[in-house]
Amino acid sequence: MSDFIATPFGTLVITVAQALALLVPLLLAVAYLTYGERKVLAAMQMRKGPNVVGPFGLGQPFADAIKMLMKETIIPSGASRALFMMAPMITFGLAMIAWAVIPVNDGWAIADINVGILYLFAISSLGVYGVIIAGWASNSKYAFLGALRSAAQMVSYEVSIGFVIVTVLLCVGSLNLTAIVRAQEQVWFFIPLFPMFIIFFISALAETNRAPFDLPEGESELVAGFFVEYSSLSFGLFFLGEYANMILMSALTTILFLGGWYPPLAIVPFTWVPGPVWFILKICLCLFTFVWVRATFPRYRYDQLMRLGWKIFLPFSLFWLVLTAFVLKLAGWLPA
Amino acid sequence: MIATLAFYAFAAVLIGSAVMVVSSRNPVHSVLFLILAFFNAAALMLIAGAEFLAMILVIVYVGAVAVLFLFVVMMLDIDFVRLREGFQRYAPIGGAVGAVLFVELIFVLGAWRFASDAADLRINPTPGGSVSNTQAIGRILYTDYILLFQLAGLVLLVAMIGAIVLTLRARPGTKRQNIDAQVNRTGSVGLVQVPMGAGLREMGILRPPEPDAPKPIAAPADHGGHH
Repeated sequence: MSDFIATPFGTLVITVAQALALLVPLLLAVAYLTYGERKVLAAMQMRKGPNVVGPFGLGQPFADAIKMLMKETIIPSGASRALFMMAPMITFGLAMIAWAVIPVNDGWAIADINVGILYLFAISSLGVYGVIIAGWASNSKYAFLGALRSAAQMVSYEVSIGFVIVTVLLCVGSLNLTAIVRAQEQVWFFIPLFPMFIIFFISALAETNRAPFDLPEGESELVAGFFVEYSSLSFGLFFLGEYANMILMSALTTILFLGGWYPPLAIVPFTWVPGPVWFILKICLCLFTFVWVRATFPRYRYDQLMRLGWKIFLPFSLFWLVLTAFVLKLAGWLPA
Repeated sequence: MIATLAFYAFAAVLIGSAVMVVSSRNPVHSVLFLILAFFNAAALMLIAGAEFLAMILVIVYVGAVAVLFLFVVMMLDIDFVRLREGFQRYAPIGGAVGAVLFVELIFVLGAWRFASDAADLRINPTPGGSVSNTQAIGRILYTDYILLFQLAGLVLLVAMIGAIVLTLRARPGTKRQNIDAQVNRTGSVGLVQVPMGAGLREMGILRPPEPDAPKPIAAPADHGGHH
């Protein structure tokens, strides 16, 4: 067996098996995230939510998926065909490949690379292309406006996400995701870096185009924004990509600030629960907050969005970065 | 063997997409091919072991610079017929300049030979094999070349301030939101205790109450429900 793994073909087979073992549960999680979001929103608005298909409406995600597959794919006559079809694939594909480096447990990442956090940052900064290409290729005013908004918005909030990540890296001394989680064995980073945790979470909302920053869709002004011309499976890919991105950002929050696979306290009842379960529970907590925010806050106005990103988050995260560096240096806590 | 194959594959796509950047008719397609070229360059750096540079290339050039490129190019209003209008008139001059450059390139490459100690001077992404690529770059950049690094940052800062100064103008007559004044405003907005179950319109609390206005009259207890 170990001889087989050592051959290039064996490595390929093992990697494909690992990828499937991660992606199949991920896609199921995406399907049930749509269900969970509708149920949580319904509970917050004193409604029942989906409750007809299957017990407690649990069959609803599959009913929706089948409905989506049955519909006709419509390509507008003025659209740039190749790019129009590529855009949802880019969005969905990027949301999937980012998971290659996520460590679900100690040593459970498919690719435990040295620059894992930079890889994730790079992939999440590419997400904007799916939106821009979709908006441009549709040859529609609403879609184009959505794409322009999205381009400006994502670039703005990436800057503060970058500073937050650098602050965490200062405390860790490594770009490896497993090392980042291991550095939180004693204390999770959301306690010493609480303001950065808040900034990161809000920027993650903006980065995933979620409410209250869902201006690229803005259904009350832009109909559906960048995906207004999409239907059927190509719309479905956008939909899945957005939810997969939410889970990805929650996983990133868990890794950077909530101690990854570590239990809250290293004492007996908590240590019985295996690491991946803690990881998933923390992701669920973040996802619940995503939905909670959507149910609570009205959409931002566009100039307020830009003001928040550039005039508040950027100076504040820069200040906090310098402060963290000073404290680490003066207290002698800098990791070797 | 696999690394060599991957190198040639990425290099071929890189050159192909670079050719498409200058030859494709639609500028948006040009920018998208430029992004593909950046990607393949990053992949080549990964093969060479420079993982940090590869990721930074994707983050900075693909994730930020090319987005802004695309942002601008998408908004250009381009008439393709007019774009092709002068092609025949300028083709001989352009061809001549291109030919001269090509001949020069052949001369340069014909006299090219590797220095005898080039192999030793070749960039080593992980010197000694004990440090990661990120640490190696950090050591070089922040010890040997700290002055040049800081000067480069200063030049960029000056450029940034220049761009802001050139574009920032206070137009008279535009309305601006003063968030500070809004948040700190007092007096004109207040909370009003509303009797439960009473209609709002009859009590006139849709407007802010005047300072000496009579208190809203509580509705009779049996006056509930809809109007």
